Amino acid sequence: MSGVRYAMVVDTRTCVGCAACVIGCKTENGVADSYARDWVYTETAGTFPNLSMTVRSERCNHCEDAPCISVCPTGASYYGPGGTVQVNQAKCSGCKACIAACPYGARFIDPNVGAIDKCTFCVHRVENGTPTTSCQEICPTQSIYFGDLNDPDSEVSRLLAKREHYVLMPEAGTKPRHFYLK
Amino acid sequence: MNEITTTRANHLIDPVMGVWHGEVALYLFLGGLVAGIMVLAGLAMLGKPATERSRAASLMLWAAPVLISVGMFFLWLDLEHPFNAYRFYLVLRASSPMSWGAWILLLIYPVSILLAWVMTPDDVRAHWRQRLSFMPQFDAITEWAERNVRALAILNIVAGVALGIYTGVLLGTMAARPLWNSAVLGPLFLVSGLSTGAAFMLLYRLKDAERVQLGVLDMGFIVAELALLALWFIGMASGGAAARGALAVFFGGPYTAAFWTLVVALGLLAPLAGEWIEHRHGTVPGRVTPILVLIGGFALRWILVYAGQYAGLAEVAMR
Amino acid sequence: MKRREFIRAGSYGVAGAALLGGVSSNWYGLYGNPLPDPQSDGDQVIPSFCELCFWKCGILAHVKDGRVIKIKGNPKDPLSQGQLCPRGAGGTGLLYDPDRLKKPLVRVNKRGDQTFEEVSWETALDEVAENFERIKATHGASALALFLHGFGAGWMRHLFRAYGSPNIAAPSYAQCRGPREVGFDLTFGSGIGSPEITDMGNSRCIVLIGSHLGENMHNTQVQDFAAAIRNNADIIVVDPRYSVAASKARYWLPIKPGTDTALLLAWMNVIIGEGLYDRDYIDRYAYGFDQLREHVKPYTPEWAYPRTSIEPELIRRTARVLAAARPASLVHPGRHVTWYGNDTQRSRAIAILNALLGSWGRRGGFYIPSRMSLPPYRYPGYEPADGEAADRPAPSDYPLADEALAQGLCEATIPGVRGDPKIKAWMVYGSNLPTTLPNPEQTYQAIQELDFLVTVDVLPAEIVGWSDVVLPEATYLERCDELRVASYRQPFIGVRQEVVPPMYDSKPGWWIAKELGNRLGLADFFPWKDSMEYAKLRLSMAWLDCDVLQRDGVILGEPSPLYFDEGAVPEFWTDSGKIELYSQRLAGHGFDPMPVYHDDELEEPPPGYYRLLFGRAPTHTFGRTTNNRLLSEVYAENAVWVSREVARKWGLEDGERVYLQNQDGVRSSFTAPVKVTSRIRPDCVYIVHGYGRKPKQLRFAHGKGIDDNELITRYKVDPIMGGTGMNVNFVTFIRASDVTPEVATDVAAREEVEA
Repeated sequence: MSGVRYAMVVDTRTCVGCAACVIGCKTENGVADSYARDWVYTETAGTFPNLSMTVRSERCNHCEDAPCISVCPTGASYYGPGGTVQVNQAKCSGCKACIAACPYGARFIDPNVGAIDKCTFCVHRVENGTPTTSCQEICPTQSIYFGDLNDPDSEVSRLLAKREHYVLMPEAGTKPRHFYLK
Repeated sequence: MNEITTTRANHLIDPVMGVWHGEVALYLFLGGLVAGIMVLAGLAMLGKPATERSRAASLMLWAAPVLISVGMFFLWLDLEHPFNAYRFYLVLRASSPMSWGAWILLLIYPVSILLAWVMTPDDVRAHWRQRLSFMPQFDAITEWAERNVRALAILNIVAGVALGIYTGVLLGTMAARPLWNSAVLGPLFLVSGLSTGAAFMLLYRLKDAERVQLGVLDMGFIVAELALLALWFIGMASGGAAARGALAVFFGGPYTAAFWTLVVALGLLAPLAGEWIEHRHGTVPGRVTPILVLIGGFALRWILVYAGQYAGLAEVAMR
Repeated sequence: MKRREFIRAGSYGVAGAALLGGVSSNWYGLYGNPLPDPQSDGDQVIPSFCELCFWKCGILAHVKDGRVIKIKGNPKDPLSQGQLCPRGAGGTGLLYDPDRLKKPLVRVNKRGDQTFEEVSWETALDEVAENFERIKATHGASALALFLHGFGAGWMRHLFRAYGSPNIAAPSYAQCRGPREVGFDLTFGSGIGSPEITDMGNSRCIVLIGSHLGENMHNTQVQDFAAAIRNNADIIVVDPRYSVAASKARYWLPIKPGTDTALLLAWMNVIIGEGLYDRDYIDRYAYGFDQLREHVKPYTPEWAYPRTSIEPELIRRTARVLAAARPASLVHPGRHVTWYGNDTQRSRAIAILNALLGSWGRRGGFYIPSRMSLPPYRYPGYEPADGEAADRPAPSDYPLADEALAQGLCEATIPGVRGDPKIKAWMVYGSNLPTTLPNPEQTYQAIQELDFLVTVDVLPAEIVGWSDVVLPEATYLERCDELRVASYRQPFIGVRQEVVPPMYDSKPGWWIAKELGNRLGLADFFPWKDSMEYAKLRLSMAWLDCDVLQRDGVILGEPSPLYFDEGAVPEFWTDSGKIELYSQRLAGHGFDPMPVYHDDELEEPPPGYYRLLFGRAPTHTFGRTTNNRLLSEVYAENAVWVSREVARKWGLEDGERVYLQNQDGVRSSFTAPVKVTSRIRPDCVYIVHGYGRKPKQLRFAHGKGIDDNELITRYKVDPIMGGTGMNVNFVTFIRASDVTPEVATDVAAREEVEA
């Protein structure tokens, strides 16, 4: 694919799950009360005292093969700048097919608008000269990285080249652009 | 088992997805029913001269535009932004079953209304032709429809099949919902629609010959539906962990009792047995079995809408 | 027009325009996809610093149409470095909390009845001043006690000093970090302070003992912790609970609660016994090494094993890991350390271990902080205190306490506890005593004995309901404040500015103090017009430009060397002028000169009971933030962490609601869900502090979860400095479903009375 391919990388080694990303996103993006565009997930494996735990900040995976866009009957969901997955709320009828189609639970209905809301990868920032997303900017452990996958020198490209990583539910076949460093 | 916590509290998704409710189930049911009526009416039109039709059968196809309107009304109620519904008709999105569906629904009206008009008994038609005589186009349309009645009948069958399959495909293309994600869902919903269509017709005052014929047809539909249910289950049982996990909702999971009693026992096996007994004893089918079929048809969609949302890819993985 | 209507109308408009424009025009809106833009950038961006916790990170407040839209970290601020914790990001949830105190209130009925009359500031302040004057006239100014917490407290402290009362106590001392300060002061001659002088970003090995960084979100400290993880530092976490920090650690030692000192002594035993300590450093700077060597000889890992439940081999291995990384090896002093009543000695053990590793004054250990010099405002000198400090039974008690003991002032209010009560009135600033001081029954008893209680707060906390006069303070976003002169690796001065004018009828703390001062005849102590004038004058004395400070939020000073080998002067302000491994001062007061683990000190839980441990959630600063809607959406209530083993024994299901009841039969007012988990030892349970709020006026927090403090009816006082060890209570479960309606009503009735 040519042009810019935006991607996010979260370092699960340093992420402590404090949810600063959640609050930072909510105020930056004016997310409706009781909803959030990103969230913190923890998973503990093993038995006491031999335990391991994964902590990570999750959000829309901005899939390259996004089922939410496929099912959208009105074209409200679309591939935006840098291949991000965006919603044009003016076109959304609120049929919720995309919520059902998303394996990651990333979408919800903004009760103030009656249309779909979700993570935008902060395109209003990254497309207008601010290089960071709001979750990345606020993260006290600096565990969130954002950049262009097509640029081999970008931080995300270099991290993915260097470190072991995974995507969520690869079996869903959606080709997420959101990676987690082990 | 791993301990999982999440701060996500998206009311539509957590802890169990609940984006679609009774409105959608009702719409899917009525859509299937209308599909059944259209296909059966089209077949009747192709197969039999008008003289052999009961008055009820001749008027039956009018139910299609009425019931589809009711269904669409419920679907519209389900929209969070109903005033953006016109957006469905500014695009045709090939990858979105819901987009085709929207256009198929539009097609249903002219196709079913034209054929219904042609099938309508002559006395009624004469009355309306006179009332609408101020519109010269009306006569022209009528004449055109009468000339093309076979084509219209075939169109009704095609549109009905498309509608019936689409209601299943709508759910079947959701890869994130392994219970729904099956190619069998389209044919299953079509056959179920045909069965409920036949059952719906049987509620009216048809001729005995028509009743017997529909009863036999419905037995076929039910047997086909059972076969498709089995295929659907086999597909999931032999699928990946997610599909097997999803299937568990009917085998010990929260929808086990409802599915096996309402859909399988009450909605399929009982009417099949009833129809078979009627058939063996040469009795004309009554109204009990059709009511059971209709209950079963609605239950299938109702349970599937909820169970499919319960068994998401992520949720199944967590359980 | 509501947003939804607006959008709807907009879409009609667009459709209309499209029809009029015809097919040839650009059907913008119908087919175009404008970038989503929340437009949350402020018209004005005002730097200030945070008060959601007490780390005081620099922030940038975005103000648009007179509303604070969002709060970001100030990249110029050394503490936030442009990043914020969730609480700081959620500051607007406090500012726009619908339950804020809006008007001054004066009590109408009996105390605690929660019936108030809204009055003018004039009336409220007159009432406070009259009561203060009356009490001072009969009992002396020392009968007035001030409890405080938070940055704005300085104005009230100034007021009380000027008025002549010595009884000023912050619960953050005896209920929180006091023993650490004393333990380190006894060893190195200075305390740890806040921000902690830990150099974690450069550490190669970090030991956390009960400190749950990552759940405790002191911003820069967590940033440093993350840096240490990135640097592949070896992290050793000692905690009965598998904390988030433990999940990042190479070694997790799930220690038996209360036995940390035994582990620390065993580590010293290995490090000295195997010669792994920093001999040169000890020779040069330490006093009493020979005594220490002899002292720790019996404390072998084998000795520690049955006490701590940590395998001897693991103790040895971790000791070697710790020593291998020295001096960039940090045994973190923690922050909330009032656990078992022997906390000063445990902190001493931590300090001594750090000394053996040579980490004080070394990169990756403890850096030497510096501070910009800013002359104090020239007030008339404070008069000598009018009466005696009342926080201790006798001046010789808790001899090494270097701040007043909050629980002591509370005790001194109740007749009979120490003879005649010495305290007659309280002023409480930003400190919710019923959830802060242990044994809240005692606190309520003291409140009932008071002649007068005035509270300055932002929210209707528990203490507010018991007050005679309530003064609604403006939040940190609505007020200027004292200058922040930070003692840190990078010295700086920070400013708090009025980002938006105070909402409702709330007033800044400086204004309240000044107005009270004027009424109490202390106008000379408040000569400035407002706090900004005060700040400007102080800055001008140091030739600093207030405009620059207001524009940038901070003025950075010249950093001085942080480590001994880079030129920091190794000065130890102890009696011997050296690092005191052996403390003569402790010996002089009859305490153990070196930490001793006393087997009989630790009480075991009765059968069916579990030790109650408490901690923090990352989005909360105890009860101060539980009513913040933004923050509570993420952690709305606490859960009772119960080990799988215990849950199985009790048949407790994950998510099942329980009451907790302690060894004295005190039951929690509310319920919380059980979290069945592998992440905790079976001999203890854990809940996050700050939930189970009683006031119904706190709409988002009321009744959510369990208040641990209710169950802390016992506390063990540290004889050295008076800290209240609070991890000495045991609880059992009462299923919510087992509670009969009568009991439930009983609880409700109690809640009613207490609220």
